[in-house]
Amino acid sequence: MPSPQLSPPPGQGGAATLAAFADVTASDSTLRRFLHGLPGVDAVGLEARAASLGTRSIKTTAKAYAIDLAISMIDLTTLEGADTPGKVRALAGKAVNPDPTDRTTPRTAAVCVYPDMVEAAKAALGGSGVKVASVATAFPAGRAALDVKLADTRDAVAAGADEIDMVIDRGAFLAGHYLKVYEEIRAVKEASGAARLKVIFETGELSTYDNIRRASWLGMIAGADFIKTSTGKVAVNATPANTLLMLEAVRDFRAQTGVQVGVKPAGGIRSTKDAVKFLVLVNETAGQDWLDNHWFRFGASSLLNDLLMQRQKLATGRYSGPDYVTVD
Amino acid sequence: MSESSRLSVLKTYKLYVGGKFPRSESGRVYEVADAKDTWLANVPLSSRKDARDAVVAARKAFGGWSGATAYNRGQVLYRVAEMLEGRKGQFAREVAQAEGLSTSEAALVVEAAVDRWVWYAGWTDKIAQVVGGANPVAGPYFNLSTPEPTGVVAVLAPQESSFLGLVSVIAPVIATGNTAVVVASERAPLPALSLGEVLATSDLPGGVVNVLSGKAAELGVPLAAHQDVNAIDLTGADPELARELEIAAADNLKRVLRPQDVRDTEEAGPDFAADPGLTRLTAFLETKTVWHPTGSLGASGSAY
Repeated sequence: MPSPQLSPPPGQGGAATLAAFADVTASDSTLRRFLHGLPGVDAVGLEARAASLGTRSIKTTAKAYAIDLAISMIDLTTLEGADTPGKVRALAGKAVNPDPTDRTTPRTAAVCVYPDMVEAAKAALGGSGVKVASVATAFPAGRAALDVKLADTRDAVAAGADEIDMVIDRGAFLAGHYLKVYEEIRAVKEASGAARLKVIFETGELSTYDNIRRASWLGMIAGADFIKTSTGKVAVNATPANTLLMLEAVRDFRAQTGVQVGVKPAGGIRSTKDAVKFLVLVNETAGQDWLDNHWFRFGASSLLNDLLMQRQKLATGRYSGPDYVTVD
Repeated sequence: MSESSRLSVLKTYKLYVGGKFPRSESGRVYEVADAKDTWLANVPLSSRKDARDAVVAARKAFGGWSGATAYNRGQVLYRVAEMLEGRKGQFAREVAQAEGLSTSEAALVVEAAVDRWVWYAGWTDKIAQVVGGANPVAGPYFNLSTPEPTGVVAVLAPQESSFLGLVSVIAPVIATGNTAVVVASERAPLPALSLGEVLATSDLPGGVVNVLSGKAAELGVPLAAHQDVNAIDLTGADPELARELEIAAADNLKRVLRPQDVRDTEEAGPDFAADPGLTRLTAFLETKTVWHPTGSLGASGSAY
């Protein structure tokens, strides 16, 4: 195990990384050679490892710790066509004060909304410390011209987004135009300015584990602050196996470059049990440095209610129910 | 080959939760014996997590079941009776073993149980007329009271009457649109677990009735304290346990049907062979009252 190196502060990491990979990103063919030169993924081994880590029994005080940690890692998300400023305000209220009956409940890490709702979210969150993440770049399909994507990103940043969740162009990636994807991520990173950039791969559309590993490295080389599994809009979203693979990628990337990149599984994580399994994966794969909402997030909405119900159960000894958490 | 040389196929009794037949999450089982202490089967010894899962299943089923028309619920319940009728032989055998009755006595008990089920099936679209109504009020309003199901009802089934008693506590709960988590008789759970198989094959949506086998004391405590259970029937609890559970149930203001509410005398248990009356049907109903204006009052009085 390589000794953990001190990661550069965000912002500087990107520049240092780019320099280190200048040869790799010189042309489409060098980039392809590098990405295809990454070791292949043992799919059976990966799934078995993810499954075996999912069998850990986390109880009592460890469970209480895991629940609070998971709550603090949630990007509370609403990405519906029917979103209204009122709904975003309600969500922001929940992010700041998830359980009004218990003020010791931690706040969530962020709320995640569409760019046009950033202003409403920002206003509702005020100085609470909960960040505003905005999806951008023609989310969720990513099918738009680069200019449009960059304008989308600038809009979100101008409205006050602290974090940008971009989608990659899966069509270009699957067609092998890695340099195009790379340059798009770089351009969006530049447009994001000080906002942290999360790069969504939509792992459910990448078809193979090898592709997920390649996409992870591509994103990290291009300067992503976070790599994120999915949009939550396709059939297969975050799974333990693909998240484990991405955790291995950020671990290896830090060992090689000293730059720490965050991971965000999103979509399909609904129960406390699932969330705790992911935390076990993080601790056993990337290590304790990632057990912090600066480096690991859950993209979820209904997960929070289940965490709150479990939290109430631990506090009172009685099973709670959906009547005791907000409907959203 | 003589008939006795055939190896009998032993049945694995399982729980009935959310329309499926899981084993206990805990992996535990316990032995069930007949009235003469001869081993009959191993059945799951449910844990509090099984109870929790059953409540989740019952909650999920509540919207659909309570929202179904009363007529439709009646049809579904009648269908259950049809299925029971077809398996009378199996139930008679299980009841005879569990309660130490002769085959013919057990057959009578099973027939009474099927009749009881049909009787409750008929009540689904009649209860509103009997306990609801249009109330006379001193104002220009229609005032209507309608009975509504309470929600998820935890039922501790009677310990002695393993089938007639069981049917007599489940049918009234679901007839009015509630969903149920039933803890079967600890000593004689086989008819209850077999009833689960009948319910699974009779149009009753999964989760409307969930059957757990195990100890009433172990399962009753988390069910009585559960914040997402709306009512509890303590028929199968002994007086001491009933008292404890009633206290736990007060926390979220559950409706509680206490053993003494339906007992004829102080000592004897409920007589399930007798006419059941409406107590069990009405115990798990809320009354919703709606005031509806009839129109403004003019100088000449109401338009109506």
